[in-house]
Amino acid sequence: MRPRLQLLDEALIDRILDEARHVLATIGVEIESDEARALLAEHGAPADEATGRTRLPGALIDRALDTAPRAIGLYDVLGAQTHDLSGTNVHFTPGSSAILVLDHATGTMRPPTTADYVEHTKVVAGLANIAAQSTALIPADVSERIQDSYRLFLSLLYGEKPVVTGAFTVESFDVMREMQVAVRGSERALREKPLTIFSCCPTSPLKWSHVTSQNLIDCAQAGIPAELVSMPLAGFMAPVTLVGTLVTHAAETLSGYVIGQLAAPGAPMLWGGSPAVFDVRYETTPMGAIETMMIDCAYNEIGKRLGLPTQAYIALSDSKLLDAQAGFETGMGAVLAAASGINSISGPGMLDFESCQSLEKLVLDDAICGLALRLARGIEPAEDFPSLPRFTELLSDGHLLISDHTRRHLRDQITFPGPVIDRANRSRWQEEGSRPLGERARDEVERLLAGYRPSRLPDETARELVRLMEAEARRAGMPALPARDP
Amino acid sequence: MDPMESLAAALQRGDDAAVREHTREAIGLGRAPAAILNQGLLAGMGVVGEQFRTHQIFLPEVLLAARAMYAGLDVLQPLLERDNVPMLGKVVIGTIRGDLHDIGKNLVGIMLRGAGFEVIDLGKDVPPERFVDAAVEAGASVIGMSALLTTTMVGMKEVVATLEARRCRGQIKTIVGGAPVSAEFAREIGADDYAFDAASAVTRVKALLGVA
Repeated sequence: MRPRLQLLDEALIDRILDEARHVLATIGVEIESDEARALLAEHGAPADEATGRTRLPGALIDRALDTAPRAIGLYDVLGAQTHDLSGTNVHFTPGSSAILVLDHATGTMRPPTTADYVEHTKVVAGLANIAAQSTALIPADVSERIQDSYRLFLSLLYGEKPVVTGAFTVESFDVMREMQVAVRGSERALREKPLTIFSCCPTSPLKWSHVTSQNLIDCAQAGIPAELVSMPLAGFMAPVTLVGTLVTHAAETLSGYVIGQLAAPGAPMLWGGSPAVFDVRYETTPMGAIETMMIDCAYNEIGKRLGLPTQAYIALSDSKLLDAQAGFETGMGAVLAAASGINSISGPGMLDFESCQSLEKLVLDDAICGLALRLARGIEPAEDFPSLPRFTELLSDGHLLISDHTRRHLRDQITFPGPVIDRANRSRWQEEGSRPLGERARDEVERLLAGYRPSRLPDETARELVRLMEAEARRAGMPALPARDP
Repeated sequence: MDPMESLAAALQRGDDAAVREHTREAIGLGRAPAAILNQGLLAGMGVVGEQFRTHQIFLPEVLLAARAMYAGLDVLQPLLERDNVPMLGKVVIGTIRGDLHDIGKNLVGIMLRGAGFEVIDLGKDVPPERFVDAAVEAGASVIGMSALLTTTMVGMKEVVATLEARRCRGQIKTIVGGAPVSAEFAREIGADDYAFDAASAVTRVKALLGVA
């Protein structure tokens, strides 16, 4: 049986959805994109001239939910399927868009460079439990105008896994789409085998900015999966109650479905989010708060009630360094998210309220994700019945270490995390240098960097990516891109 | 492939039937029994030990390789005895008096045998003097003692004292292990060494005897 975390009963989910629909039909959403507003007007939902808001009738929402896909596949740069975003399948991806990197050499946070980004990508390539890359860092050594496309460029050049990403401007979308078309060979091939997920974020309360609503339409029309990342803050930009925040989240997310599905019925979209409670002592948005995690898992249940693929920012920490808080917040989030069955879980590697990535934390988090994925597989009998033969064998041989049954099931029953997790006996741990977690994690980062194998992306495609990126840089006033590793 | 390499490879796979067959094949080709032992069986176990240490393989694979090693040794043993080829050394092992836990000790025995030692396993609940008697009688170079309880581990000290009293403490080395035992405790009771697990017991016994 697959273990499931359940926070809401069906009656409560239906009431939350009803309330959200009522809010959308009554107050409506503010949409900045002219194209989105025109699209809604065409379908009988014009913006109110006095308030500028667009009310969304229930029929429009129903239609959007009817056409939205129930499953989305993701494929790596070579075209092999890596994700089935449906049902309770769970996939992890690093937390995205950190503006800082924790420099292990100095122990300080600083803006990341191209070299940091490439290292991050190389480490992700070697992590067994991280299924997708994300554009995890925002390189500070390129023009702000190309920071979004440049991240995707580096990810596609150095990594093979699909990429969770997003555009920071309307204009960037084109080149980011062209890069993906270059990898796949054609627009149609990209539609058939999606390579990325784009984050499209409404602004609480109930607003779609020009950039995000246009990005959402562009994604929908190109067949690029869009995760709707609604971010209500309980007690600040949403009611303080978790249910009230869930209503806000549902309303914002439903409005995204309406925009995306009207733009292109059947467009791949994820019921996602990054809500949080608001800590009124520090004026912060703690991702490590249990209530934040509860909101995430609860909205996942709402998305699943609608049969939709889901996403959440969870399995990350607000700590500023790799300490016990970093471990327990990430561990709690990963376990809850896996038990909830969130399809795409964005978080690993992240510290400091989604603002700082740490390579050492990332390798620890990979181990945590491995444990969470094991939990999600649950407990199933495996040649266990009848039990008597195992006991007979045990009594006869004195142990079951080399039993055929052990050999067949050892690795699918028991997870063996890498050396970042200490399971040695005390004497061995001492003999090996009494090394704390941070040092073991650093070793693992070094090992992964040393073992990195270049992407198998064809040279010709890589050259096309470089050509596209260099042209984009020139448009942004950068005559050359920063030097990078081969 | 050279028969020695085939033998070592079969041993690493834990394929006891193939090890038996390759051992016979090597004998048939006129290879010296000592060479078959060292370049085939022990060479294979050396690789297995290193892979285990670095977590490339786990305990079940090591034990399978050890079982395959025994299969080869069964074929080879008469020829080794005929040629007076010594094994790596003789080790007496047992769980100390009052202690009935022998899982760890059994693992040590399997690993030592797999590494090419002759092992005399006295079982569990072994009185101190019996360790010494057995070692003297068999001409063993090492006594390995195991305990799981803090109440029984003190018996290990008596073994060291008995060796001292019989003036054979230098010739017969002692090594201790088990959950409550530590390197510090080994030093306190005058044991020659301590091993924290079965794999390290092999390394430490080799070091005690100065064999690679």
